[in-house]
Amino acid sequence: MSVDSQIFDGHFGEYGGRFVPEALIGALNELEAAHASAKVDPTFQAELAELHRTYTGRPSIITEVPRFAEHAGGARILLKREDLNHTGSHKINNVLGQALLTKRMGKKRIIAETGAGQHGVASATAAALMGLECVVYMGEEDTRRQSLNVARMKLLGAEVVPVTSGSRTLKDAINEAMRDWVTNVADTHYLLGTVAGPHPFPTMVRDFHKIIGEEARAQVLALTGKLPDAVLACVGGGSNAIGIFHAFIPDSGVRLIGFEAGGDGVETGRHAATITGGSPGVLHGTRSYVLQDENGQTIESHSISAGLDYPGVGPEHAYLHDVGRAEYRAITDSQAMEAFSLLCKTEGIIPAIETAHALAGAMIIGREVGPDATLLLNLSGRGDKDVQTAAQYFGIPL
Amino acid sequence: MSTPLDQLFKKVRAENRAALIAYIPAGFPSKEGCKKAIAALAAAGVDAIEIGFPYSDPVMDGPTIQEAADISLRAGTNASDVFTALKTASDCGVASVVMTYWNPIQKYGVDKFAQSIADNGGSGVITPDLTIEESAQWLVATDKHQINPIYVVAPSSSDERIGKVTSKTGGFVYAASIMGVTGARTSVSVDARDLVSRVRSKTSLPVAVGLGVSTREQAREVAGYADGVIVGSAFIKLLLNATSEQAGLDAISVLAKELVAGVREGR
Repeated sequence: MSVDSQIFDGHFGEYGGRFVPEALIGALNELEAAHASAKVDPTFQAELAELHRTYTGRPSIITEVPRFAEHAGGARILLKREDLNHTGSHKINNVLGQALLTKRMGKKRIIAETGAGQHGVASATAAALMGLECVVYMGEEDTRRQSLNVARMKLLGAEVVPVTSGSRTLKDAINEAMRDWVTNVADTHYLLGTVAGPHPFPTMVRDFHKIIGEEARAQVLALTGKLPDAVLACVGGGSNAIGIFHAFIPDSGVRLIGFEAGGDGVETGRHAATITGGSPGVLHGTRSYVLQDENGQTIESHSISAGLDYPGVGPEHAYLHDVGRAEYRAITDSQAMEAFSLLCKTEGIIPAIETAHALAGAMIIGREVGPDATLLLNLSGRGDKDVQTAAQYFGIPL
Repeated sequence: MSTPLDQLFKKVRAENRAALIAYIPAGFPSKEGCKKAIAALAAAGVDAIEIGFPYSDPVMDGPTIQEAADISLRAGTNASDVFTALKTASDCGVASVVMTYWNPIQKYGVDKFAQSIADNGGSGVITPDLTIEESAQWLVATDKHQINPIYVVAPSSSDERIGKVTSKTGGFVYAASIMGVTGARTSVSVDARDLVSRVRSKTSLPVAVGLGVSTREQAREVAGYADGVIVGSAFIKLLLNATSEQAGLDAISVLAKELVAGVREGR
């Protein structure tokens, strides 16, 4: 098959597609073809499933949290424990898949962007496991905020490149990774960490994460005998959300609700709630909702959570929003931190601050739907990396 | 359609030489400085001027152009400044085009953007991150307003892909000389010559080479096989490093004259 022929046009309604330098088209076609063939290759799928069983720790469990649920209108709340995966978040699902694809394409080097460092750590982990060279681009600002994760990546053998251009955060790390890729595309795979970017990334990354929803759907059915009333997740780029939503999209009775980072409040302009507070545009190779000014320049996002601090969002979320299949709401920093603290103290689980946005969402939705409802929530990551931020926030001396 | 750019390439073909195309971002080194730079480049004999639309996330640009874009954006450059610069260039009697990433066009309004290019005497637009697959609306607009849609091809582009891209291109084909981002380099890669000959096997459109050209010698070399030589970062570096705006303008004038000579020595 010629890799020049795109297999699928890569759009979700008017969103998605490819807005990239021509130099990358060949690599994107190659990746699309590799992903399409791996998807139907039983050997590849068996290898990935075995890695998930023996390395990731899949299937991840479901935990019911009744003490937390008392603060959420008494609704039944079930957590899908992606925080228990190796490396501490859902990110490992995607990096193992893409690292296997990298080997399948005969490439030896991976590059990745990272904000909070979770995707960088997961990428460095997969690279170590599979003997690939790994370079992680990270905004200089973020390398300071997340110095522990920088050290983890270095321990795992990755090179971490602090990015000093633009706002020195995740958005600029992606720019720099794309510049590296344009230059080194012959031997390098760009291991993009979320369901954004040019086609095939939104589809491919979703395919590697949809196992979350597939497992959870069966687990909830087995536990409760019915489907949940709503599925909840935090949304930055949107990978953990699409991962848990996807299996439920055909279940029209199940509400899908994404919680974006509202920062200081959407009305203040200091937020990262791209769907709630942005408008359609193109960023990082895809058409979706974007935080932008009247000239189409990207606006810097703000969130207490480095992992949600991104002015774009995956195109499939933009589509699910526009067609009304999923709802998106904004959660402020302070709402998220209240929920963070509550889960720690009522259930003995320290969540990632990203995930705390979904927990805050559960407290609101639970009160809206009442005690008879069942809510499934993707506990996408654990909060070890956030201890310093949280301690600072709550005034705990370190 | 025959834009000033189309006429320019007819003229340089008749003169058996390559055209020199100079890049400068709108609003750089300042609003007034940009006008002066355009005038200086035109006076030095540059054949066409490419006005950059500074963008917050320029993934095809190296550190030099990023820095210039940052300076320009901090000074508040917007679409109207881009069109003013375009008009300055066309008023100087040189062919003028805009180089912009796609989002500013989409935000401004696709049809309205093409119309403003035409209204300000511009010949076309180079769109480095707009793929052919996403171009339907843009091609309707460029056709309606009779401006050239200029696309980039890269050394990694397959022959099939080059055929597809050039079939939609107008004005000239922008051949990216190397796999990489914009920026002056010590040598122009051998890939450039090969890419130009592969483009010529697919289209009779003029082919201009960009990325990495900064000296008279490089301009002469590229002019030996291409219809146009595009220089950007080398001018911007001079403006960034100059001790005063006037010193920068003098420096780019000197370089432009060297390059103007270079493109006439290639054949």
